[in-house]
Amino acid sequence: MRNLWMFVSKYNAFFLFIIFFVISLIFVGSNNPYQRTVILNSSNDFIGRSYEQIDNLKDYLSLSRVNDSLVAENANLRNQLKSSFADDSIRQKAVNDTLYKQQYTTIEARVVRNTVNRKNNYITINRGRAHGISLGMGVIGSAGVVGIVRYVNNNYSIVQSLLHSRTKISASIEGSNAFGSLVWGPDNFNSQTAFLLDIPNHIVVKNGQRIVTSGFSLFPAGTSIGKIIRRDVKGGNNFLDIELKLSTDFSTLQYVYVINNLRAAEQQELETQIPEDE
Amino acid sequence: MNRIIISNLIRFLSLLFIQVFLLQNIGYYNLATPFIYILFILLLPFKIPNTLLFLLSFLAGAAVDVFYDTPGINAAACSLMAFVRIIFISITVQRDGFDNEREPKMGIMGFRWFFFYAVVLTFVHHLCLFMLETFSFIEIYYTLLRVVFSSLITVFLILISEFIFFKNKER
Repeated sequence: MRNLWMFVSKYNAFFLFIIFFVISLIFVGSNNPYQRTVILNSSNDFIGRSYEQIDNLKDYLSLSRVNDSLVAENANLRNQLKSSFADDSIRQKAVNDTLYKQQYTTIEARVVRNTVNRKNNYITINRGRAHGISLGMGVIGSAGVVGIVRYVNNNYSIVQSLLHSRTKISASIEGSNAFGSLVWGPDNFNSQTAFLLDIPNHIVVKNGQRIVTSGFSLFPAGTSIGKIIRRDVKGGNNFLDIELKLSTDFSTLQYVYVINNLRAAEQQELETQIPEDE
Repeated sequence: MNRIIISNLIRFLSLLFIQVFLLQNIGYYNLATPFIYILFILLLPFKIPNTLLFLLSFLAGAAVDVFYDTPGINAAACSLMAFVRIIFISITVQRDGFDNEREPKMGIMGFRWFFFYAVVLTFVHHLCLFMLETFSFIEIYYTLLRVVFSSLITVFLILISEFIFFKNKER
């Protein structure tokens, strides 16, 4: 006891410092809202993290039991799984467009392969010739235009995505009948934007206006493509330069509809009668 | 003895007055804030008992805290500063040779010693003060910058006031 007292009195400065410093810190912690919040938060953080560690440990101990129950559940679910059967049914829907006396049918399809980050992107879908798909059909998603069928075999087809340097779709600005061609652009790598070219610059356009298909294309007139986000006039040019945000999110595309224009062949046949040089 | 008490009391009150009513309004973009009241702790006599030194430091800090609305922060910084003061003096000065009335002033101890004494203690005080005020290690560089700039301006003010009240009686 005496030795302890001697030790304390020999280093009294240090002990006094500890006492006064701790008193000050208690003042700091109890009277300053900001510092108190920091102290409380960090202590809560520490306590929470230690609980989490203990919880992790407990979880680990009960792992084999959880595993058994999960395996049983998996087996149960696997018995009910639909995708293990080949889906051969086709759901077709007919759209009667009485105004233009034109008939479209749609074939639903699931995307089985998709790219968005290349210069020329293609989408593979799980419908082919057997399901009534032929070359040149338009493909739309639930939000808007997706692309054009380019290659078909019996059960699968490959769609040339809108995100392709050579895709060109006739499009117009909703509200005005001005039409131009929609391209993704040869040096655009953003899967969310595209460009509308050949709109004469006397047409008044506003940001946020919708761009839709024009009806000269494979798609039903008025199918949504996107919204205008930027427009400007190129110097020395009679046409507007319009950038739009595509309404289809290509990176999360899962289901698409292939559009069968029943009168396309008839129209094409008629149009090929115009001589090339005329 | 009474003379020491009275002169320290007057010094404390005038430094507190300057600190609270003048220097509280002075600052360079919140980057350099002078805290000259620590001159009071710097100039307490050599032979002051440790308990009394800590008590006075704590009270001085607490008094400034009351006016600055930062309870405990200046008091903590002053307690740390008093501790560093004891260590600094025990390393650089032999206590036995002095009578009770000796004070660590520039006129007595010489410019070089006093300069180091002021720089070390001011830096320790400001470091503790600003770290407690910021209370986080985020933006540590900004806090250290504040410590350095504030220390510079405080040391500058301390040296100026020492030059003003310079008494070369003991050289």
